[in-house]
Amino acid sequence: MMLESATIDWATIADEFPILSREIDGARLVYLDSGNTAQKPRRVIDAMSDFMRKSYAPINRSSYRIAGEATDAYESARAAVARLINAPAADEVVFTKNATEALNLVAQSWGRANLDSGDVVVLTEMEHHANIVPWHMLAAERGIELRWIRLTPDGQLDLTDLDNLLDGAKVLSFTAMSNVLGTLTPVSLLCERAHAAGALAVVDACQYVPHNVTDVQAWGADLVAFSSHKMCGPSGIGMLWGRMEILDAMPPFLGGGNMIDTVTFDGFTTAPVPAKFEAGTPPLVEAVGLGAAVEFLEDIGMAAIRQHEMVLTRYALDTLNERFGDDITIYGPDNVEVRGGVISFSFRDLHPHDVSQVLDERNVCVRAGHHCAKPLMKVLGVNATTRASVYLYNDNSDIDALADGLDGATDIFGF
Amino acid sequence: MPGLEDLYREIILDHYRTPRNRGELESPPAIRADGHNPLCGDEITVYLALDGTGDDAVVSDIKIGGQGCSISQSSASMMTQAMLGKPVGEVRALARRFKTMMGIEVDDEQQSDADIALGDLEALQGVVKFPVRIKCAVLSWNTLLQALDTP
Repeated sequence: MMLESATIDWATIADEFPILSREIDGARLVYLDSGNTAQKPRRVIDAMSDFMRKSYAPINRSSYRIAGEATDAYESARAAVARLINAPAADEVVFTKNATEALNLVAQSWGRANLDSGDVVVLTEMEHHANIVPWHMLAAERGIELRWIRLTPDGQLDLTDLDNLLDGAKVLSFTAMSNVLGTLTPVSLLCERAHAAGALAVVDACQYVPHNVTDVQAWGADLVAFSSHKMCGPSGIGMLWGRMEILDAMPPFLGGGNMIDTVTFDGFTTAPVPAKFEAGTPPLVEAVGLGAAVEFLEDIGMAAIRQHEMVLTRYALDTLNERFGDDITIYGPDNVEVRGGVISFSFRDLHPHDVSQVLDERNVCVRAGHHCAKPLMKVLGVNATTRASVYLYNDNSDIDALADGLDGATDIFGF
Repeated sequence: MPGLEDLYREIILDHYRTPRNRGELESPPAIRADGHNPLCGDEITVYLALDGTGDDAVVSDIKIGGQGCSISQSSASMMTQAMLGKPVGEVRALARRFKTMMGIEVDDEQQSDADIALGDLEALQGVVKFPVRIKCAVLSWNTLLQALDTP
């Protein structure tokens, strides 16, 4: 594949994001923490503001006109998300608080209905805590067994033992893209192997959906969790997509208004999917913002975004390696065909906190820490890493600013 | 914005590069306490040897294990120097004084704490201007207090 990104004027993309024109102490903001949370384009900010100014009202329960407008706005966000991931039906998209809640929903609803003592759930060593702790909780409650797909030295999944791991498993739950290593996993293959073993295929697509063309049908996945705030939408809303027959068979998660068909003194019956999983007033302003974010991304094109990030990631890997050689250790695969724009590294003997502090002096925003993946840190043999992550609004100059900042760290700590 | 020179004072960098009292003590008899900062994954172990009992017991040895950033490591290093040979009552008072300097409210603060000299530890005062780093600076202190409270 040719590593160049044509047709889109990437230099103007950053102008769509008001915060990126902010200066602190006279210097521009260099935002390299999109793997954590992405910045918001004007279109999202305006959509949320306009909605609150013009159409804000309860959804699904009142007959006046603005309530109808609000309901339409909420449901059109659901349709936009379904389109983005090529879901067969909008009603297969459940809105949650975030991707973490979506994964907890899977463990608590599907898990409690289908898993018992001794049942096996297979995870990978590169999972985010959000795809570990809900399963640990279930293990503590009913004694399920957790098995782990190990990693190759360059941070990909080691699939040599997959058949053994999946033998007798009820669930395979895995990330489509590591939030630490950037590794893109073979999602279709893993779903196929899970199904062959009779296991449910659950995908944590939090890092994947914002940066790639997503096709949940081509994946052959059963349940897919992802979030709005990493794809230029607001925080406070996440998504669980699932195949309808699976969602339909799952018991409700949270109880309350909106999720019921009827309630009596003796009990309740549930509303159809997706309402069954959306108890209470949903994050409707956030849904409107999310809908605007999806349209913004679609106008640029997910394939073009992926291409732009591949070029940028290649530039970042080469720049950091060339400028710092043995002083920097970059984790994860070097081949940008199998990695996204998340670059975790160790720099000299410096602690990531100190690295990020020095970078902040130059307004370079990166994450330092364990990235909510402590088991993976153990595999890497570190307590923490520094992580720079890119998105559509970044360019080579941001990478140069990162590298210049690392030179600054060298000056302060006197190597 | 406060400059990095407020944070990374020379004495801090010195303790970071050459940490004092690193190592382990056999436990027991030494008291061992583990502390960690869930936000960044830093882990620290304090080994504390006391001579005597109660508030009059004296810190006869103290060692630090684990990993951390320049602020947590230098704070731990300076702490060990300040604590060696001190009776437990004074250790607690110094910890209160230090945490107060870090802007942390201390339940059992006493009037006399203000008079306690911090010595080299004063160098960490700049950390207050970087609120995210306060947790780094007090990690070893909280772990030491945990060790003292170990029954």
